[in-house]
Amino acid sequence: MSGQRAPSRPDLPPLLAGYRPQPGVADELFDAKGAMRPVWRPLIDHLAKLTPEQIEEHFARGRTYLRDAGVYFRHYATTPAPERDWPLSPVPVLIHETEWEAICDGLTQRADLLEAVMADLYGPADLVRDGHLPAELVAGSPEWLRPLVGVKPASGHFLHLVSFEISRNPDGSWFVIGDRTQAPSGAGFALENRMATTRIFNDLYPRENIHRLAGFFRSFRDAMDGLPGTRNRRTAILTPGPNNASYFEHTYIARYLGALLLEGEDIMVRDGAVMVRTIEGPQPLGTLWRRVDADYMDPLELQEDSQLGTPGLVNAVRLGNVNLINALGSGVLEMRALMAFLPKISKVLTGQALRLPNIATWWCGQPKERAYVKENASRMMIAGALAHDLPLDIGATTALGGAFRSGAKASIDAWIDEEGPLLVGQELVTLSTAPAWRDGVLVPHPMTVRVTAARTPRGWTFMPGGYARIGASDDATALAMQRGGTVADVWIVADAPVPHETLLAPGTRQLVEPEPLPSRAAENLYWLGRYVERTETAFRLVRAYQLRLLEAGSPDDPGPAHLAAFMAAIDLDVAEAIPSGVAATLAAAGACAGKVRDRFSVDGWAALQDLSRTLDQMAATARPGDDAARATGVLLRKVTGFSGLVHENMYRFAGWRFLSFGRAVERADALAAILASLTDPPAPEGAAEIAVELGDSVMTHRRRYRGKATRDSVLDLLALDPNNPRAILFQLNEMLTLATSMPNGRHDGRPSALMRAILPLQARLAVAEPEALTVDDLLDLRRDLVAVSDLLSSEYLR
Amino acid sequence: MRYDITLQVDYAYDFASDHARNLLHLLPRGIAGRQEVVASRLGVDPAPQERWDGPDFFGNPTTWIAYHEPIESISLSLKARTVQNTPASRMDLSSRFGDLAAEIAACHGLGPEAPHHFRGRSPRVAPDPEMTAFACDHIGAGMSTRQAVQALGHALHQEMTFDAEATDVRTPTAEAFAQRRGVCQDFSHVMIACLRGVGIPAGYVSGFLRTLPPPGKPRLAGADAMHAWVRAWCGTDMGWVEFDPTNDTFVRDDHIVVAYGRDYADVSPVRGTLRSTGGQHTDHAVDVLPLDPA
Repeated sequence: MSGQRAPSRPDLPPLLAGYRPQPGVADELFDAKGAMRPVWRPLIDHLAKLTPEQIEEHFARGRTYLRDAGVYFRHYATTPAPERDWPLSPVPVLIHETEWEAICDGLTQRADLLEAVMADLYGPADLVRDGHLPAELVAGSPEWLRPLVGVKPASGHFLHLVSFEISRNPDGSWFVIGDRTQAPSGAGFALENRMATTRIFNDLYPRENIHRLAGFFRSFRDAMDGLPGTRNRRTAILTPGPNNASYFEHTYIARYLGALLLEGEDIMVRDGAVMVRTIEGPQPLGTLWRRVDADYMDPLELQEDSQLGTPGLVNAVRLGNVNLINALGSGVLEMRALMAFLPKISKVLTGQALRLPNIATWWCGQPKERAYVKENASRMMIAGALAHDLPLDIGATTALGGAFRSGAKASIDAWIDEEGPLLVGQELVTLSTAPAWRDGVLVPHPMTVRVTAARTPRGWTFMPGGYARIGASDDATALAMQRGGTVADVWIVADAPVPHETLLAPGTRQLVEPEPLPSRAAENLYWLGRYVERTETAFRLVRAYQLRLLEAGSPDDPGPAHLAAFMAAIDLDVAEAIPSGVAATLAAAGACAGKVRDRFSVDGWAALQDLSRTLDQMAATARPGDDAARATGVLLRKVTGFSGLVHENMYRFAGWRFLSFGRAVERADALAAILASLTDPPAPEGAAEIAVELGDSVMTHRRRYRGKATRDSVLDLLALDPNNPRAILFQLNEMLTLATSMPNGRHDGRPSALMRAILPLQARLAVAEPEALTVDDLLDLRRDLVAVSDLLSSEYLR
Repeated sequence: MRYDITLQVDYAYDFASDHARNLLHLLPRGIAGRQEVVASRLGVDPAPQERWDGPDFFGNPTTWIAYHEPIESISLSLKARTVQNTPASRMDLSSRFGDLAAEIAACHGLGPEAPHHFRGRSPRVAPDPEMTAFACDHIGAGMSTRQAVQALGHALHQEMTFDAEATDVRTPTAEAFAQRRGVCQDFSHVMIACLRGVGIPAGYVSGFLRTLPPPGKPRLAGADAMHAWVRAWCGTDMGWVEFDPTNDTFVRDDHIVVAYGRDYADVSPVRGTLRSTGGQHTDHAVDVLPLDPA
């Protein structure tokens, strides 16, 4: 532990007392001579003024922010991959802007080089013909997509957004560990890192010298919107959906940039153009920023069994009708073996050496290289030549040569000889270390910085910092990163204040035309409305049953027995205090909400999560009778709290109308079902009272009618009253109002198809008398509501 | 030899299929010095709202079609006239089996004929130790590559039983091999896996086969079928040779090539996505009529 650079000097504060960079490993805080890099000094000085408890308090603000903002990622190590809190390392990594500029200069060269390689591999393939890149590697890569060969990108470029994972050599220079060209992630998380560190440091540390991130996003958004053929066409982010590791980032970026967030089924191809299905019909897309791996993008020409894709997309690309970020097939550049050839290719294509070297790599398909890897296997990371994960990734195929597959093969030599062309050896690099917060002090942990670059009309622009990975232990070898770790903000620090930039020009008010709602979002909102209402009805049924059971004392009593039969028909088993059918309905609501998270307030999502957690707890512990009745009372208040949040706070966009329509249809249907069951002549005594209770109208009934509830008073109040929000007629009126505001709600003064389906139902109830309203009428109404729901689907949701 | 080829495929759906979009590999391809397409026409009924014809990566004539409205059926009808002039018997110019790897490595190119595409894994064929072992058992060390192809094809023909009931169009190759049964698609996939397993680049050929009626019986129209066989790369001098493992023969004038690919997924006659909930029913009839005396 006594490295030669141990900075245990009296001028260092106690929080650095244990900070000892390892010998032979570069450190971000201290330079090779053991002196603190000047860029860190102000931050360390500020932290040094605080006690560990005060520092901890500040750091906790960052975590609180991230939790409240709902930042999460998915960890694929387990199935199903659960949502995890974003693992923020609260101490940022600081880099001086002069050093940063040199890094960006090197990476600009690399980005241009990758673009040139891409253009060659999907064009003349000169690099292969001239022997600079083995044909078998390209042909063997699952990411080299044959249907795209010869297709020139509409935008004029294959690559628009790339990222690089870099770290620092022991000698202080920077090097590249890997390139991300298929669908680089991290830009959204970088924004959240910045938000969190801002919370932590805003009253601690002057931030005017730190380069801001917003300018990068503005440049990138303008670049996307300015690509050829994008006039009057929308820009969309294509996500694989809520089960993807970085779905949160997709929703976040979509909201931040004001781009549509779409899944494969939102998109269709018509006459060679890519369209988004909306409630107003198909609308053309100009630019698609894909977060889906290319092979899944078109089941017709790429992976046949892809559920995520859009049939015909490749042909639309072929016809030059859509800009893709990045081009389909750009994943081939992530092939591990390419690293072995890039240094030479750089000289061939540009006459220049790589300004930032990449991790030394040897392809075992060549005799000399194979021999070298065998000789040095103990100092090599050996991996699949065609693999495209980063050596640092959790679960990466990489392993230390000396330790890999022990016993499975006679020897490493034999293994490398047998599978040579399928393997690469990569130098087992060490990473530099940076401060991590452990037990009240700073300690050096290994780190890599993710650098993201976007193409603009003026060349590549770089996001100034934002994202570094910090290793879980002090082991600085690259492989140790596979054990996970945390993520830190990266500050690019200038010597003087940097100009303030936000996404908007200051002092302007930019009104945006509301854009048509994608059909799938509308569908999920509609079903969210239905499922939440269905959950509420289920809670009311459970409570009513438990109270009747208490009164009657036996489940065989006609009151509870009748309710139990009714509930059984909708999958609510009264043998359970809180039936599991309720949780299933709520889970369905959660699934719908999860698919429209970009259109949903953070508070609304949190309320739904809270409801779901409470239900799980209560379902596990509630005992039949009083306890269960009280528990469902709590749950009812929480579900109405969610509904209140939605209906009080949600802007009256098209999305709100579909959500509200779903709630109205569900409530009308539930009331019809309840009334049909409880006003039927065979219903037991007291059934009318139960109906009033289920309709949450006990007080109103007492005020409007004398005496006990009767069949007629109940039908009058819960079916025919236009002023009771718990009446079917009220909900039909609501549906009519909503339908009027939907696309083509009225055309030349004539009602839409949807309105024509609702109007007769509304008219029937508006003129009905309670005495004449029969059970059959109510059952007919339920059938008609199914037809209304189907019509809504066929008119707006496909 | 000249042929008139007709093919009729009819799909009927239980429920109207929404937004059907298909990729068709049905038109025979021209092959310099081997197969000339005098005329060909692919009719699609009902007429699709979108249709686009062009070559795919491997140079096969490909047709993209799409419907904007729901349809209840699709009929595809092909008419083509080809002239086959496969050279009678080729000298065995293939490389010694052991030298093949070096010759492959010396090929610098990514064109559709390059051997590199036809090694290792492809969508429907993955190297498999059991099939590789089977291949090794039947290939002698001193064989030329062409001899190796023939020996392996012959062995598979002996080993496997033609059985139209045993497999369907989606049966994995290893499963067809395990049960030693299948149709021409399975025979071909198994042979491709075996060849690639021992380092011989191998691809899939879909096409038509002229069948000869039993002696004394008249030729029945529509009794011919779409067929599949294998092509293998036998070195720089010899290039590609085609072998039909279902019939244990090198390919001659009776085999009319529609498309070349790595496996079935590249050349399936009708590839497509349908948004339909119900089942579908397919009828197909092929007629290969020779215009010259045999």
